[in-house]
Amino acid sequence: MPKVKVPRKSTSVDMTAMTDVAFLLLTFFMLATQFKPDEPVTVNAPSSIAEVPLPDIDIMTITISGDGRVFFDLEGQQYKEELIKKMGALKQVTFTPEEIKSFSLMSSFGVPFGQLRELLALKTEERAKIQQKGIPADSLNNELADWVWQSRLVNNNVRVAIKGDQETNYPIVKQVIATLQDKKVNRFNFITNLNTEPVE
Amino acid sequence: MAEIEGGGGGHKKGGKPKGKKLSTRVDFTPMVDLGFLLITFFMLTTSMNKPKTMEINMPVKDKVEEVDKTKVKASQAITVLLTENDKIVYYFINEKTGEPETPVITNFSKSGIRSTLLTKNKELLAAKGFNNLDSIPIYKEMYRLNKIDEATMRANISAIKNNKDALIVVIKADDKAKYKNLVDILDEMLICNIGRYAIVDITDIEKELIQTAMAVK
Repeated sequence: MPKVKVPRKSTSVDMTAMTDVAFLLLTFFMLATQFKPDEPVTVNAPSSIAEVPLPDIDIMTITISGDGRVFFDLEGQQYKEELIKKMGALKQVTFTPEEIKSFSLMSSFGVPFGQLRELLALKTEERAKIQQKGIPADSLNNELADWVWQSRLVNNNVRVAIKGDQETNYPIVKQVIATLQDKKVNRFNFITNLNTEPVE
Repeated sequence: MAEIEGGGGGHKKGGKPKGKKLSTRVDFTPMVDLGFLLITFFMLTTSMNKPKTMEINMPVKDKVEEVDKTKVKASQAITVLLTENDKIVYYFINEKTGEPETPVITNFSKSGIRSTLLTKNKELLAAKGFNNLDSIPIYKEMYRLNKIDEATMRANISAIKNNKDALIVVIKADDKAKYKNLVDILDEMLICNIGRYAIVDITDIEKELIQTAMAVK
């Protein structure tokens, strides 16, 4: 019996379609990614069943670390530039354009106003290394109140979000809330992680 | 496709010597490799879940005139004290004597504060002839199925939550409580559909109350 000859087929496959899909996905992920701003402190937020997403704009974040230090951040570069100018005017300190630029690019910070200049002079990598003391928020020297107040003057629609660590002691949270109430901020948000535990 | 037709096919008739046609097919494998590498990187670094928030409304701190204050029946309110080690001490006010009843120690478990709040709230509403607390999940389900719009759902739910005769929770945390406890108890308010609650500063009497309650145990 004569052998049946099977014609050899090329094993090369057209990869174009796969490449198309791959790059489509790549584009999607590249656009969807938001890189986390480097925060000076890691905060482990408590979880809750609240489902309201945090807005991206018009928000100031007050971070309270587990050891009770307070950090502050205002969303939006142009607002931050205005904010530092206003704070400078309030405390009678003039900042150089470089310092203003540096402040507007900085994420959350937590130093007393007097040390802000030193912090701004540092490079981003160096900033991550130093231990920031936290913004004073007690009744003697409440700089947090100034930051909150000036931020509201800069951006009228700003909302306050508090991001606290699970292990933060209550007194410091109480102090922050009292500060906000003093500055007539009676609506604010607690940032939480979504807890998907079923509720009956 | 991956090939591009080579140009220069126009003057075949001229009898000029033809240049050797090179294949324009390019090997795509490295590009695909790189593409997938980048996909993997972005997939791993992307965090899709945005942080969620819980909205809190605090009362205005200015002095409120005595006449403007809402009078609350003692039997309608529960005071929840948060203290160390994730413990909760709660008490009711006796309506006749106006004195606090014996405080009870509980915790954040399902059978702890949650069941207390749910039972008490149901009791209070049932006494007044309202038993529409169960319709909250129904409204939510109807919204999910697009039978009602969001505004209607919110209006209906908040009408139920803010029932005048429903339970009122007074939340007080002592200095040993953690921030987590505060968020947890506010979370319970959401879970138990309690619309009227307030975060209030703790008094010294209540601090003692916690101490004695803990000592008894």
